[in-house]
Amino acid sequence: MKLLEYKAKELMRRYGIPVPEGFVVSSPDEITEIAGPVMVKAQVLIGGRGKAGGIKPADDVEEARKCASSILGMNISGYTTKEVLLEERIDVAREIYLGLTIDRSMRSVLFMASPDGGMDIESVPEEKMLMIPVDPLIGYQQYIGRRIASFVGLTGNQAAQMARLCGHLYELAVGEDAELAEINPLVVTKECDVIAGDAKVTIDSDSMFRHDEYSGLKEDLTPLEEKAKELDIAFVQLDGNIGVIANGAGLTMATLDSLNMFNGKAGVFLDLGGTDDPKKVKEAMLLMEEAEPAVILVNIFGGITKCDTVAAGLLEAMEERRITTPIVARIKGVNEENAREMLRNAGMIPASGLSEAAELAAKESLR
Amino acid sequence: MAVIIDSETKVVVQGITGYQGTYHTQAMMDFGTKVVAGVTPGKGGQEVHGVPVFDTVDEAVERTGANASCVFVPAPFTKSAVLEAVDAGIGTIVAVTEHVPIHDAIQFVAVARARGVTLIGPNCPGLGTPGVAKIGILPNKIFSKGDVGVVSRSGTLTYEIVNAMSESGIGQSTCVGIGGDRIPGTGFVDVLKLFQEESETKRIVLVGEIGGTAEEDAAEFIKEEVTKPVVAYIAGRTAPPGKRMGHAGAIIARGRGTASSKMKALETAGVKVAKLPTDVPDLING
Repeated sequence: MKLLEYKAKELMRRYGIPVPEGFVVSSPDEITEIAGPVMVKAQVLIGGRGKAGGIKPADDVEEARKCASSILGMNISGYTTKEVLLEERIDVAREIYLGLTIDRSMRSVLFMASPDGGMDIESVPEEKMLMIPVDPLIGYQQYIGRRIASFVGLTGNQAAQMARLCGHLYELAVGEDAELAEINPLVVTKECDVIAGDAKVTIDSDSMFRHDEYSGLKEDLTPLEEKAKELDIAFVQLDGNIGVIANGAGLTMATLDSLNMFNGKAGVFLDLGGTDDPKKVKEAMLLMEEAEPAVILVNIFGGITKCDTVAAGLLEAMEERRITTPIVARIKGVNEENAREMLRNAGMIPASGLSEAAELAAKESLR
Repeated sequence: MAVIIDSETKVVVQGITGYQGTYHTQAMMDFGTKVVAGVTPGKGGQEVHGVPVFDTVDEAVERTGANASCVFVPAPFTKSAVLEAVDAGIGTIVAVTEHVPIHDAIQFVAVARARGVTLIGPNCPGLGTPGVAKIGILPNKIFSKGDVGVVSRSGTLTYEIVNAMSESGIGQSTCVGIGGDRIPGTGFVDVLKLFQEESETKRIVLVGEIGGTAEEDAAEFIKEEVTKPVVAYIAGRTAPPGKRMGHAGAIIARGRGTASSKMKALETAGVKVAKLPTDVPDLING
């Protein structure tokens, strides 16, 4: 779950990372006083706010209100701005990049740092990036921060501030289950302090059971995505017209690859995870119908449930909603012949192999 | 001979009294696995399918000589369960549980690897050697005995491919589902090394998917160290960049982890790469 800048900064403050003073409003009327010059910043979960006009300076209350009212409601790359952060303006001497992420191949948390902050980090050349994996059995140690400080060209008091800050960022990542904690830019002020100019934190969605504080936070989801999430079904929107229901990410992707081979294009796909629970298959079917695809392709590899039980679930869904969309169904496992017979009798198009199913669905979608 | 498991493998099922634990205990026994104990805190003294249940792994090891574990406990308790097994001296752990917090996985994977424990998972289907034993949730009926070692990041896609192999008369030596999580206890390279060394495995199938660079690392290793023929399939050739594809969250990010980069790396290493999973049997034979 991605956090808005001000939420991420609240966390950073709590972990001892210096952040500018500021407050959040959702209406210009809420701005009654400011302590000095501020930046008014759109709070949206997407980069490129500055270029889109979502960050503006203001010197007094009147100006701040004006900025807020022009930014609130602004559409930035498809995200509507509902809140703005008013933040003390800092005098920037230098901008650095500092981030923490997960490194799959090292199986650890990874520090990333660059002397060139403030820009899109993907455009920073490799030789200007320092990457340090943290051994999970050792944890963060001051020498890591000192290496980072030295790499980005900080010395003396600033290097010490940087080393402390890196430690706090690591504590935040581990303590808050963050899979990404990024400060870009990390600002060195004209007063020689090191402070977080921006903040990006993504909390691992698998850790939500121990983070009640986020239960109220709503992600920007469509009603269908919302429903899928409740049912623990992965919902992905693509741009074709075939609705795919499959179990397991690998099998789902293999199904899309197979469709593509026969010039079929997937629109919505629902991944049930590793399960073949008939109840979940039925829920997915009902959900899929709401997405209005031209054809529905069901590809379930049965592990612990019998195919005819899964087929029965599909039939129930069809009857309940009087679904008329053509359905190609392929259910693999125990009693599959029986299941195929049931599906054929109900007017579905049964298939036995993955390629066969993909070909039939693609053909149906091109009609 | 087999990799990781053999006829001496004695399994303790952690979370044996839950639905999944109970069901798969039976399925593992049907496959021929020696399931000697179960653990559910507070339920010591009970039996599941005739298997004694203990309160702790330590007790299970002491009383039954269990040397492998299959973990079915819910995600919030998986870290503790895996660490308990490691601490009790279990040498092989299969963590089936999905949705394990990533920082938990980082911790217990590091501990297991440091202690020399073979940890497979989390979020994995486990492994099976036809005619010998199985630990995990792979469906029994897809297997047939043979000489192909299968290693896969996927769950149901593994079943699909192994099933297609069996239907074409191509049997397996051992099939290892390493799981699709970002922090896997055992990676492709670990398993490839075992397959290369083990004599009953003559050929190897590798099933990968988009995201990360595990397949590229595997290709590098194959080029240097593997002399047995390898066939691969990479799921997600048509997945658009930047979209999280399904439950396992496979994603092409920052232009890395694309199917084409993986396929190219594997082909450069001399691996035959299938366009579709259904092509795998033909490539093994051809």
